[in-house]
Amino acid sequence: MKLKSIVNIGAVALVAGLIVGCSDSSNSSNSPDTPEMNDYEVTLTNLSNNQPLSPIAVVVHEASYIGWAIGATSTAGLEQLAEGGDNSSFLEEARTANVLGSESGEGVVLPGSSSLVDLTVNRGSDLQLTVAAMLVNTNDAFTGSTGIDLSSLSIGDELKVRLPIYDAGTEGNNELVGTIPGPADGGEGFNSERDDVNVVSRHSGVVSNVDGYADSVLEQSHRFDSPIAQLVVRRVN
Amino acid sequence: MKTKSILTLSALPFLFASHFATAQTVDVEVTNLTQGIFFTPLLVSAHDSSTHLFEAGRSATAELQAMAEGGDISGLVTATTALGAVNSENPAGGLLAPSSSAQVSDLDTGSNMHLSIVAMLLPTNDGFVGLDGWEIPEEAGTYTIFLNGYDAGTEANDEVVNGGGASGALGIPANPGGNGGTGASGVTTTETNQTIHIHRGNVGDTDAAGGVSDVDSRIHRWLNPVAKVVVTVK
Repeated sequence: MKLKSIVNIGAVALVAGLIVGCSDSSNSSNSPDTPEMNDYEVTLTNLSNNQPLSPIAVVVHEASYIGWAIGATSTAGLEQLAEGGDNSSFLEEARTANVLGSESGEGVVLPGSSSLVDLTVNRGSDLQLTVAAMLVNTNDAFTGSTGIDLSSLSIGDELKVRLPIYDAGTEGNNELVGTIPGPADGGEGFNSERDDVNVVSRHSGVVSNVDGYADSVLEQSHRFDSPIAQLVVRRVN
Repeated sequence: MKTKSILTLSALPFLFASHFATAQTVDVEVTNLTQGIFFTPLLVSAHDSSTHLFEAGRSATAELQAMAEGGDISGLVTATTALGAVNSENPAGGLLAPSSSAQVSDLDTGSNMHLSIVAMLLPTNDGFVGLDGWEIPEEAGTYTIFLNGYDAGTEANDEVVNGGGASGALGIPANPGGNGGTGASGVTTTETNQTIHIHRGNVGDTDAAGGVSDVDSRIHRWLNPVAKVVVTVK
């Protein structure tokens, strides 16, 4: 009996894989009768005190793609993600780069909450994962990781990583009223002007008005240390 | 059906054999990496895979809260012992001062293959250093882990040193270094994230006779990691 139910579940999973494989016509060159698919469950938990994270961008790709690099200029898509929390251009850039799969989380990830994204992609040999989300109570800070190796994950395995904070380098960290899109301010998100160092670096944290910067719209609750989020990746199939 | 049961039975001895084979003796060295933050008595616990002293993103248990707000590990000791854990209580023999180390020698973990470590950070309201269920390797060797500072999410970080160490009592129980201030008005009365999260750090100020905080912004801040753990599997 037990053996039989396992077979049934396996058959359902196979059918599910087929359906996803068919619908994903833009990225799939496999014919529907060879559904060699990997299924990943990506869960991001916000470990900050008061930095909601914008809907997470999740990309599965090969080594030819990278979301960003320290010392390199942010793409326009990353700038929009990091300044305004809008990941649509970032994901579009990834699709243009022929990544294997790309998906957005369903909503803002509040402190203490989690967001789950399920992604099914064609099986490959050197699969990597990139995840990114804005710290919305900042000028242009984002968290994430690019190029996480997935090739060593067997079915049922999971990996857990803690995520640092990056500065997109596209908007000065002035913390002024009207410049921060999150609930701390309700100000402007993306602005195409680049008035900062114009390269990606690790973020140095926010100053806030509790630390001698009276003009800052941020207060003590918005301060943070690294890491700011926990990422769990489970290979389901 | 019969074939299946026999198979199951014969597999059992193998399971038990591997179970006992993984028993480990470990040394654990904990180093406080900060310049100005004390650790309250440490709890070093070896336990099974389903036990957690804390989990980031989840609410603190009452036992974890007592440790994080007042440095009291007795509740965690009772709870983990009941689950079969092997504990080393207070290996530093009191507070672990900044930039100093504590040693646990020859901890026989028995069948417990996961390691957790907690201690309160002083002076904070409910900050703690934590390791959650690190899997002890089966292979003999020396392993290094760096630990972050967490906020239990159970108390507002008002940064007022008033002796308030009981669960639910607002305030910091003590500033062991004696290098802070008094008479602060308090940084805040609310905590946005009431689950266990990464501590945002002390704010502090430089006013020893007032200001918003009784801790000193030049002394009592930190950046992660706050501790280094060296585990030697024998």
